[in-house]
Amino acid sequence: MKISYRWLKQWVATDLNAEQIAETFTLAGLEVDAVEPVAPPLDGVVVGEILSAEPHPDADRLQICRVRGDVEERTIVCGAPNARAGLKAPLATLGTVLPGGLKIKPAKLRGVRSEGMLCSEPELGLGDDSAGLMELPEDARTGALLTTALGLDDKVLEIDLTPNRADCLSARGLARELAALIGGEANGPEITPVAPVNEDTLPIALNDPSDCPRYIGRIIRGVDVNAPTPLWMVERLRRSGIRSLGPIVDVTNYVLLELGQPLHAFDLAQIHGGIRVRRATRGEHMTLLDGREVALDPDMLLIADHSRPLALGGIMGGESSGVGATTRDILLESAWFNPASIIGRGRRLGLATESAHRFERGVDPSLQRRAAERATALIVEIAGGSPGPIIEALDQERLPVNPAVTLRLARLNRVLGSMLSATEVEAILRRLEMTVERDGEAWQVTAPSARRDIEIEEDLIEEVARVYGYDRLPTRSPGGRLSIRVPGEGELPELGLRRQLAARGFQEIMTWSFVGEDELARLDLLDGAQPLANPLSRDMAVLRTSLLPGLLNTAGANLRRQHQDFRLFELGACFGSTGQGFSETRRVGVLMTGHARAEHFSGKPRQLDFFDLKGELEHLLAFNRVEGAVSFRPLNCAWLHPGQAAEVLLDGQSLGWIGQLHPALVDQLDWPQSAFVGEFEVEGLTRRQVPVFTEMSRFPAVRRDLSLILNEDVAVADVVEEVRRCGGELVRRVIVFDLYRGPGVENNCKSLSIGLIIREVSRTLKDAEVEALITKVVAGLESRFEAKLRG
Amino acid sequence: MATTEAEGLLAEALSLVSDAQDSRTLDQVRVRFLGKKGELTGLLKQLGALPPEARRDAGQAVNRCKQSLESAIAEREQDLARASLERRLKSERIDVTLPGRGVEPGGPHPVSRALDRILEIFNQLGFAVATGPEVEDDYFNFEALNFPEHHPARAMHDTFYLPDGRLLRTHTSPVQIRVMKEQPPPVRIVAPGRVFRSDSDQTHTPQFHQVEGLLVDRDVTFADLKGLLADFVNAFFEDELEVRLRPSYFPFTEPSAEVDVRWRNADGTPGRWLEVLGCGMVHPNVLTNCDIDPETYTGYAFGLGVERFAMLRYRVNDLRLFFENDLNFLRQFR
Repeated sequence: MKISYRWLKQWVATDLNAEQIAETFTLAGLEVDAVEPVAPPLDGVVVGEILSAEPHPDADRLQICRVRGDVEERTIVCGAPNARAGLKAPLATLGTVLPGGLKIKPAKLRGVRSEGMLCSEPELGLGDDSAGLMELPEDARTGALLTTALGLDDKVLEIDLTPNRADCLSARGLARELAALIGGEANGPEITPVAPVNEDTLPIALNDPSDCPRYIGRIIRGVDVNAPTPLWMVERLRRSGIRSLGPIVDVTNYVLLELGQPLHAFDLAQIHGGIRVRRATRGEHMTLLDGREVALDPDMLLIADHSRPLALGGIMGGESSGVGATTRDILLESAWFNPASIIGRGRRLGLATESAHRFERGVDPSLQRRAAERATALIVEIAGGSPGPIIEALDQERLPVNPAVTLRLARLNRVLGSMLSATEVEAILRRLEMTVERDGEAWQVTAPSARRDIEIEEDLIEEVARVYGYDRLPTRSPGGRLSIRVPGEGELPELGLRRQLAARGFQEIMTWSFVGEDELARLDLLDGAQPLANPLSRDMAVLRTSLLPGLLNTAGANLRRQHQDFRLFELGACFGSTGQGFSETRRVGVLMTGHARAEHFSGKPRQLDFFDLKGELEHLLAFNRVEGAVSFRPLNCAWLHPGQAAEVLLDGQSLGWIGQLHPALVDQLDWPQSAFVGEFEVEGLTRRQVPVFTEMSRFPAVRRDLSLILNEDVAVADVVEEVRRCGGELVRRVIVFDLYRGPGVENNCKSLSIGLIIREVSRTLKDAEVEALITKVVAGLESRFEAKLRG
Repeated sequence: MATTEAEGLLAEALSLVSDAQDSRTLDQVRVRFLGKKGELTGLLKQLGALPPEARRDAGQAVNRCKQSLESAIAEREQDLARASLERRLKSERIDVTLPGRGVEPGGPHPVSRALDRILEIFNQLGFAVATGPEVEDDYFNFEALNFPEHHPARAMHDTFYLPDGRLLRTHTSPVQIRVMKEQPPPVRIVAPGRVFRSDSDQTHTPQFHQVEGLLVDRDVTFADLKGLLADFVNAFFEDELEVRLRPSYFPFTEPSAEVDVRWRNADGTPGRWLEVLGCGMVHPNVLTNCDIDPETYTGYAFGLGVERFAMLRYRVNDLRLFFENDLNFLRQFR
């Protein structure tokens, strides 16, 4: 809502300047976004009157105008198409510096001397219409400073109203609010009923009285739709961001701004029979004022005549029934529509009108008659015409009435932590024009009909607090009852996981939760992806099923920025649907690329490999004492190298996967290097064992090394598991310290060397016991894997 | 006689000791003169042949020589060890200004960094962390929070919908409802998380992060809310900024307020007011929706945008940088 400072001051006596009023509004919950001058300084610009306009003899587009300005007549060469005799337009006199920096000097244009310049809106910083000269109303005084003539020493307050304050969507409402806040009074506008001069009416039927319980119409015959709108009204409209469109529409827009009542004017000649306020029927169409033909839904409210829709009630008029150049007689509409029957409809049709904005939020249900009288008076004054009587269709029962709300002083002070007195509270409520009845230590309070937002006690508490001033209310430092609520020790907070990854060199990233369908399809991750019904774009159309796309996009972008060695991680939700329905899981995704050992003077750099990534995961699992037995098994998936990919299992349940990016994918991404990636369920990674003490051995450990020849396809993890199974508890650790293929070892075989650390808790082991254990282990390995001891 | 001989041997031995360049040579000297068959030891054995009156003096003289030699050897040994250590230290000298062998550190995302700090402050104030899903339904995101159906306040939220009517939460406020439905008062939580609005321009990204706070107990007042938020803001920014509450509107709080802080200009003087938080007293309808009696309990709630706090704290001038994930940007926050 934009409002002129001078307009407010006209109705509320105050010494506050525009900035102070803005501050007052802002601190009372009406946030003022900007206070802007309505015009830049325009010294030297006056109202010019074109006395004659003749074509330039040597230029097609130029005219030679005789213009009367401040002191004398002068000649001005002008290229504007609308320059014509009789027009009043802003004249920049010699020596004037325009807002754009242009200095006006005498000039010769194709041989004709021009002394000054006639200006368009943008040249003066007054608007966007660059089609021609800014046309000033006929009643502007020739020679007057433009600033004075247009009242440009004014400022506009741009107020960002919250949806509950529909009552402030008008000059009248803002004036009342200002008066309440500064403890003054709001006067005006004065509204006097206009007596009818004829008996013309038409029938009005309320087919859906709960959608529209009050509809006022008034016929005005013989209006002059070409009459000029007075300067003061054009300027007020302009300062609130509304263009002048002819006297009738200007008046309806002006009353909307002034009182907050949206009005509409129909061309009476286009109304057949009478007015019916009804719901649209399925399949019905109409063409709106903006020229668009729209299909109507049955929940849309129409103003129709006896044959067709005339307007989309409370939202926009129809093209065929509006006031046009040939209109003589009009029907003025001033109605109250139920917000529930307006809300969302305009949005559905892509319409955001001033009218819908107000009806959606709630218009004062007592305003319609006054607004109709006000508009009639203005129309008759500006465009002439003879009004008929007010025609009112009313279902009083269905008009909303503000309830009496109980306000208890004790409750108010308890919620606010304040010690306000009954006198203070009551005075504030009265300033807000509330009806207040004392009832012991409480009041029965009824809000004025313009306030649609006072329904319960808390609403009144807020009103009192707001007008009293949030700043003046007491402040209490944090205290109160404390209770201990920390996560269990067996639960690693995500913060801990993030810090650990960061300490291991991983940089956290945050990528979009939505991705493109194509992108998921390319990675074979589209299965179960949830689409958005209203995505922003094609590449943000489905919810991510994995963190992989975000990691790849980020890595790709940073490789292109010439980063070579980096590690990334992201922690966030992934979405999908499984057999059990929709799922949302928190996951952590990691990516490493480049060198494991960076370039250093002391030795050669080493490229990352699978075991670097696996080591990071093992480190994380061990560091956090993750609960459960971890195992890895080869994995085949679209995005990973088939020979370097593993599924990670925790107690046999999938925890995630790790591997090298598939070389074909790396080529497709056009990356200069490969990367190792992994993704895990956060829940598995953050469930920790709380340590329980066990007795440590005071006796020495024994190490025995075994070198085994194994078939190539034997998994080392299985060998280690077998060693532990055969060796039992005495085997404390198994170290894999060599893996060899080549001369001395048969094809399709590998030589594996492992070290067994053997220890008994309560005594020193005898050599014979160790030998027996080793024999058992070797026998086990021989029988399960056909392993041979290497000579 | 023996005395002269002993002193002669000593002189020879001392000269050998001082010439010795390693401990092996010294050992040889020790064996030659002081060993069981050593030359000085031999002199002692010959003492028996002397007349008794000469024996004592001669014995003392030989022993003096032996002691002198022993201490000379010990001293020389120490010198050699010292010299050897010095040689080793010298040979092992490195240029300590050469770069260390290390891993490039990682780090938190700046939004995480700010979030951690925010949560740490509220943890100290006794607020527990609660979380909820990012895909919500209309009930938790709107209805239970007192957004009437079709209310303009809903339209302000620019919601992303799934085809079945579920939605991406537009704020972390649904966690309020989830917690209050599970747990009777007192409730004292903060709910961090990702939220979504279908809005994308220079100052809006379709996803961002919020922290919602909720405290419900007996006798919780607006004064407590004012105090808490002022303390929080100044703890976060490590400053003594002016904080003001300004009436506003949220369907789930009444009274409602926006919180502004007066930012500082570069020279430290008070600058313009910046909006950083929304808050208010929990609306009685919200409490009732969670089966909490608003006559017995009152509460406050607040919500803040983590990106906003991160931008102010780390002086980031473009919101969109947070989701571009340029390492040159991210590494500034580790």
